[in-house]
Amino acid sequence: MRLAGGGRIDRSQLYAFTFNGTQYQGYAGDTLAAALIANGVRLVGRSFKLHRPRGIFSAGAEEPSAIVQVEAGASTLPNLRATQVELYDGLSATSVNAWPSLAFDFWSINSLFAPLLPAGFYYKTFMWPQSLWHSYEAVIRRAAGLGRAPEHPDPDIYDHMHLHCDVLVVGGGPAGLAAALKAGRTGARVVLVDEQNESGGQLLGNRQQIDGAPGAEWATSAAEELAALDDVRVLTRTTAFGHYDHNHVALIERRTDHLGPAVSDADGRDGGPRQRVWKVRAKQVVLATGAHERSIVFRNNDRPGVMQASAAACYVNRYAARPGHRAVIFTNNDSAYAAAADLAEGGVSVAAIVDARPEPGLDASALAAGQGIEVITGHAAVDVKGRRHVEAVSIAAVDEAGNAAASASRSINCDLLAVSGGWNPCVHLHCHSGGKLNFDAVQACFVPGESKLAVRAAGAAAGIFDLAGCLESGFEAGADAAQDAGIKRRGRARKAPVADAETPAPARHLFHVPSSKRGGDYKAFVDLQHDVSASDIALAVREGYESVEHLKRYTTLGMATDQGKTSNVPGLAILSEVLGRPIADVGTTTFRPPYTPVTFGALAGRDVGTFADPVRKTPMHHWHETAGAVFEDVGQWKRPWYYPRDGETMQEAVDRECLAARNAIGLLDASTLGKIDIQGPDSVTLLNRVYTNAWNTLAIGRSRYGLMCGEDGMVFDDGVTTRLGDHHYLMTTTSGGAARVMSWLEEWLQTEWPELDVRLTSVTEQWASAGICGPGARRLMEELSEDIALDAEALPFMAMSEGRVAGLPARVFRISFSGEVSFEVNVPSRYGMALWSILMTAGEKYGITPYGTETLHILRAEKGYIIAGQETDGTVTPIDLGMGRMVSKKKDFIGKRSLSRSDTSREDRKQLVGLLTEDETEVLPEGAQIVSEPRPMPPMEMIGHVTSSYHSANVGRSIALALIRSGHSRIGEQVFAPLPGKRVMARIVEPMFFDPEGTRLHG
Amino acid sequence: MLLIPCPWCGPRDEIEFGCGGEAHIARPENPDELSDEAWADYLFNRANPKGPFAERWVHSHGCRRWFNVVRDTATNEILAVYEMGAPRPEIGSPPVLASPDESGTTSDGESL
Repeated sequence: MRLAGGGRIDRSQLYAFTFNGTQYQGYAGDTLAAALIANGVRLVGRSFKLHRPRGIFSAGAEEPSAIVQVEAGASTLPNLRATQVELYDGLSATSVNAWPSLAFDFWSINSLFAPLLPAGFYYKTFMWPQSLWHSYEAVIRRAAGLGRAPEHPDPDIYDHMHLHCDVLVVGGGPAGLAAALKAGRTGARVVLVDEQNESGGQLLGNRQQIDGAPGAEWATSAAEELAALDDVRVLTRTTAFGHYDHNHVALIERRTDHLGPAVSDADGRDGGPRQRVWKVRAKQVVLATGAHERSIVFRNNDRPGVMQASAAACYVNRYAARPGHRAVIFTNNDSAYAAAADLAEGGVSVAAIVDARPEPGLDASALAAGQGIEVITGHAAVDVKGRRHVEAVSIAAVDEAGNAAASASRSINCDLLAVSGGWNPCVHLHCHSGGKLNFDAVQACFVPGESKLAVRAAGAAAGIFDLAGCLESGFEAGADAAQDAGIKRRGRARKAPVADAETPAPARHLFHVPSSKRGGDYKAFVDLQHDVSASDIALAVREGYESVEHLKRYTTLGMATDQGKTSNVPGLAILSEVLGRPIADVGTTTFRPPYTPVTFGALAGRDVGTFADPVRKTPMHHWHETAGAVFEDVGQWKRPWYYPRDGETMQEAVDRECLAARNAIGLLDASTLGKIDIQGPDSVTLLNRVYTNAWNTLAIGRSRYGLMCGEDGMVFDDGVTTRLGDHHYLMTTTSGGAARVMSWLEEWLQTEWPELDVRLTSVTEQWASAGICGPGARRLMEELSEDIALDAEALPFMAMSEGRVAGLPARVFRISFSGEVSFEVNVPSRYGMALWSILMTAGEKYGITPYGTETLHILRAEKGYIIAGQETDGTVTPIDLGMGRMVSKKKDFIGKRSLSRSDTSREDRKQLVGLLTEDETEVLPEGAQIVSEPRPMPPMEMIGHVTSSYHSANVGRSIALALIRSGHSRIGEQVFAPLPGKRVMARIVEPMFFDPEGTRLHG
Repeated sequence: MLLIPCPWCGPRDEIEFGCGGEAHIARPENPDELSDEAWADYLFNRANPKGPFAERWVHSHGCRRWFNVVRDTATNEILAVYEMGAPRPEIGSPPVLASPDESGTTSDGESL
C-alpha cells in the first residue's frame, strides 16, 4: 500500500528485507515499521504476557508493540522498536515474542485465561509451594521472554567520547532547531542531538508549513545553517538516554546500525565503531524532546490496526505508506483532525471522526469539512471487532462523566482506527536529573517543573503544542541558554520564521472508556507491552496498592522496555478515577535512565578483553613465560604461579619447588611487592603512628616487620620497612595492597598530620627484586657479590647492605618469608632481567629452582606466616593473629584504642591456629567451616574456618591455618570440617609446622 | 556524575576523585583517655543531613590532594570547596551540626 508519490523515501534505492522469514521490499528512508506497513503487514508481534496479536502502534521511540530482533548471530540486537530501525538492503528481523511462529503462537492460549492472569499473578499463583518456584519460573520466563541476547563475542567495536559545551539541545524538531540556531548564532559551543536520521522531528511526519513552505524544508535549511557554524556539532541517530548530576548527559550514537552488520572490511565502512557513547558536560541544557501521543483505553484497543493518529499520518506523509484503506479517527482533542485530513489526502478513506467532545474547535471543524469527513461528536469507541486486525469499531455516546451508553449506537467498518488521547510532553530527561513535574490540568499532561540543574524545556516538551509556539519557545530557550552559559554576544537579529497560528479548542479529559460488557476491562489495555489492563489497575487498588509506586510494581505498569511512554498517564488517570482523587494528587512514578535501551557493547566501550583491566608485568616476565610458567593474577600483576616441567602435574611441580627451596636454592621474583620510599625528618614519627610496633630504635641498615591496622584495630596490611638513612626509609607492602597503603599514608599526612615533614614516593616499579633462599643461597651470593659482606655477623637476619651483585648496583636485604636463609636482591628495574639470568646460570650447579606464588604460600604457611588478605579479612586484630607482642603498649598508633573495645578484647574471638587433619593426605578446602560437634545435617554451630591449606612436601603431609573461636586456648582439641559427602577430623595445633626454633632462618 | 572543582586542578569528573566521608572529624588527641562510647562516636558515628554537608574528597587520579567540599546532599550542588584545615565556610542555611574545630570536637559538638 505504497503511495505513488511523495514521502521522504528514495524510490531509486529498492531494498530487499525479510521479516519472520518472509521476503519484502522497501526503500531507502523507510523504517522497518514503515516498510512493513507499505507491504500490508499488520501482525508484527505478540504481547508479553497474554500473547495477544499486536501491530504497529506508533512511529517513534514510544513504540510498545512492534518489538523486533534484528539480524542473527554475533551482531544481533534484541528488543528494537521496528519504528526506529532504519531499513537497509538485506535486513533480517524477527518478532521477539512468538513461539513457534507469529501466526500460530503457542502461548496465545494465555489470552483465553486472561481473567486468571490478573495483576500480581506471579505472586499469587506461582509462589506456592515455594520449592517449586524455580520450575515455574523457567516456564514463565520462556513464555514471557523478550528478545535473545547474542551468544557469541561481539565482533564490533564501540567508543566512548567526551565533550564539553555551552548549550546542549536535545531534540531536532522545530523547537530544538530554533534553540540551536539562536544559541549557535551567538558563537556559543552548541551540540544538537537528534535520535532520527535527519533533523525536523514532527515536521518530517506532518504537513505543517513554515514561511509558506513545508516545515521539513525549513528544518533542512536550519540544519544546513547549523552545519556551517564553527562551534556547533549536530549529532544525528543519537539519543540522549540519561541526564545526570551537574548537567552530565549521556548520548548513544548509532553510527553504522542503519547500514547493517559489516559484511567485509571493504563494504564501505570506515572501520570505525558501530556505536558511541558520548558523555557531554553542558553548561546549559535545552530539552526539546517533543511529545508522545497517548491512546485511549477501551475494549480491544490493542488490536493490530489501532494506532496513534499522528503515527498514521506520519506513515502517509513521511513514508508514503498507507496504514489502512478505511480509517476511523477517535479523539478527545483537535490534533487528530489534521491527521485525518492528512490520511484523506494520502488516499485513505476516512469513514468518520469520533470525537468525545460535544464539539471540536473551529480550525478542526474546517479541516474535516474540507475533506468531507463525517464528525460524530459526543461519542467514543467502545469496542473493536477483528482478532488479527481491526475490522470494525463500535461507538457509543458518552455522558459527561465519561461513561459510554450501555449499547453501541453504531458499528463502523474500518481497517485502521487512529486514536488520539492527547499528548504527553517527553519529560524523561527532566526527571532523570531529579526535576519535578507539574500537572497541566488544561492540557491533561505533566509538564516540566522545577529542576535543580541548568536545564529548560522548549516546545512540546514544555507543553507547547502549536508550531508557532514551538518555534517561539525554541528561540527564546536558545537565547536564554546561551546567555546563562556566559556568552555575551547576541546573534544578529533575523526575521523569525512564521508558522500558521492555531487556536485549538480544549481537549476533553477522557482517558478510559469503561466497557459495559462483561469482562470488557480485562481487554482494555493501558500498557500494551506489559498487558496491563484497566481492570488490573482497579484490582490492584482493591487489594490495597493505592500508591502509584506500589501500583507500578504490582501490575508492572510502565516497567516494560518502552518504560510506559504511552501508558503512564492513562494509567495514572485510571488510578485517580478509581481512587476518586485528582491526577495531580496521585502523582507519577519516576522516569529513570535509559530513555531507550542501550547496548551493553556501547556502555562497555573499549573496556573489554585485554583492555578491561591493566596488566602489570615484572621486568623478568619474559623469562617466566619462556620457562613455561603458569601465571596467577595478584592485583593487576601477573605472577608466576608455578613452573611445571614436562609432564609434571601442578602438585608435582610445587612439591619439587618447595623441596628445592629448603634443600638447595629457591629463586622468587618478588618485584611485585609494594615499595614506598619515605623521606623527611618526621618519617619515624609516621611509622610509629601507622605501625603497631615501635620504630625509634631501628638502626640504619636494619629492617623491621610491621603490622598496619585500620582505626578499627583490624589488620589491613603488613610488610618489612628498612631504614636507609637518617631520615630515609623503604617500606614494603603486600603486592595487592601497595596502592591502598600509599593512599592511606597520604590521607593521614594530608588530613590529620600536615605538620609532619614527610615525603612519600611509590617506587614499586623502579626496583626489580629477586629472592634467593635455601641452604645454598649464601654460597651463590658470595660468588656474585663484589663488595658486600654476607656472613651472618656482617649481614644478619633483618639487615640490609648496598653494593654490587653480579656487577649490578644492588640493595641486599636479609629478610625471609620462607624461614630459610634468604637474600632479597633489589636492582633498578632495567637490570632485573640481567640479574635473574645471571642468578639462574650461576646457581645451576647448586640446583637453583625458580618457584612461584604457590610455593611461596606453602613455604610461609609451613612457618605460620600470615598473608594479609588471606588470614585476615578486615575482622582480625593483631592479637587474633597471635602477634600481640607486636602491639606497642607505650605509644599510640592507628587502631590502638580499638584493640581495647569490648568486642576486640573478647576472649572468644576467632584466633589464628594450625590444623592437622587426622588423615595426612587430606587437604582441607580453604574456606571450609569448622565445627566442634558434628551432626549429620546442618545446622551445626560453626566455630571457625580454614584460611590456608596445602600439601606440604617439606613436612610430608597436609597442613592448614584456620581462624577458630578461642583458638589460642584450644590447642590440642579435636574439631571437624563437615564437607559434602564426608567429615574430616582435625587437631588444633600451634600455627608452626617446620623448624619451630628458627635455626635455619638465622643460620 | 558530579563535576568537582579541585582547588588545584580545576573542575574534573567525579570518576577522578575519591570521597572520604564527613569532614572535620578530628582524630582525638588522647584516645586512651576516651570512654568506649566517645571512641565509638569518633570511629563510627557520622552525620547524614539532607542539605549542606561538609565532606572530604581526594583527587586520586589527579594531584592526589585532599580537600573539603560542602555539597548539598539533596541536590548534589557543590556550595564550597576549601583546603584541609580551613574552617567550614558559612553557607546559606545554618548547618545542623556545630562547627567543629581542630581541638578534637565531634560532629555534634560534644567535647572529646
